[in-house]
Amino acid sequence: MKIAVQRDDFDVGAEIKSISKNSRIGAIASFVGVVREVAMTLEHYPGMTEKSLEKITREALSRWQVMDCTVIHRFGELQPGDQIVMVAVASAHRGDAFAACEFIMDYLKTRAPFWKKEATTEGERWVEARTDDDDAAARWELQNPA
Amino acid sequence: MKVKILFFAALREQLGRSQEEIELPAGTDTVDGLRNHLRARGGAYEKVFAGKSLVRAAVNQEMAQAGARIKAGDEVAFFPPVTGG
Repeated sequence: MKIAVQRDDFDVGAEIKSISKNSRIGAIASFVGVVREVAMTLEHYPGMTEKSLEKITREALSRWQVMDCTVIHRFGELQPGDQIVMVAVASAHRGDAFAACEFIMDYLKTRAPFWKKEATTEGERWVEARTDDDDAAARWELQNPA
Repeated sequence: MKVKILFFAALREQLGRSQEEIELPAGTDTVDGLRNHLRARGGAYEKVFAGKSLVRAAVNQEMAQAGARIKAGDEVAFFPPVTGG
């Protein structure tokens, strides 16, 4: 399992390759979040960020059959097209890998202490939290993955 | 009792500071109590802590509800709803 909060970019291919070579792994699902249109600065809460990502990942491991997973989230100044976040989940079969990957992203968006500030042509502005992100996270409370 | 307070993102900018050590008056031992204490300072604090739902809190780096207890030496953070990912 790997969790990293970093300023630097990451290589998705290399990260997926380095996910443990357990012979029972039959599926690796991955997600990459990218900066859309506007440059931004990402602030976070060092210490709590790592803890919250670990907690979310542990929760995913308890709900699905996950053999390995990698979560990387960047902070600092990012340009349009830059990668912000990646999640890769390895499992025996695709069902668990897809579900756990989506779960980690949904929970991360509502629980990990990151804040985006966009540099628009009219000046800088803090991005407001979206209620549909809350909805996306909330639907996992109702589901029984077993 | 003494606690450390951290402010992030828009709150940090509005208050013009990212952290402070504060001596809490006796009886102020919850997240909500601390909010009210800060709000009573007036000015930017009054503004930031007036709207209840827009400020989130964490105690010792764990998300915390309004009624969560605070004890001496704790690290309490206030911030807007998160927008990562």
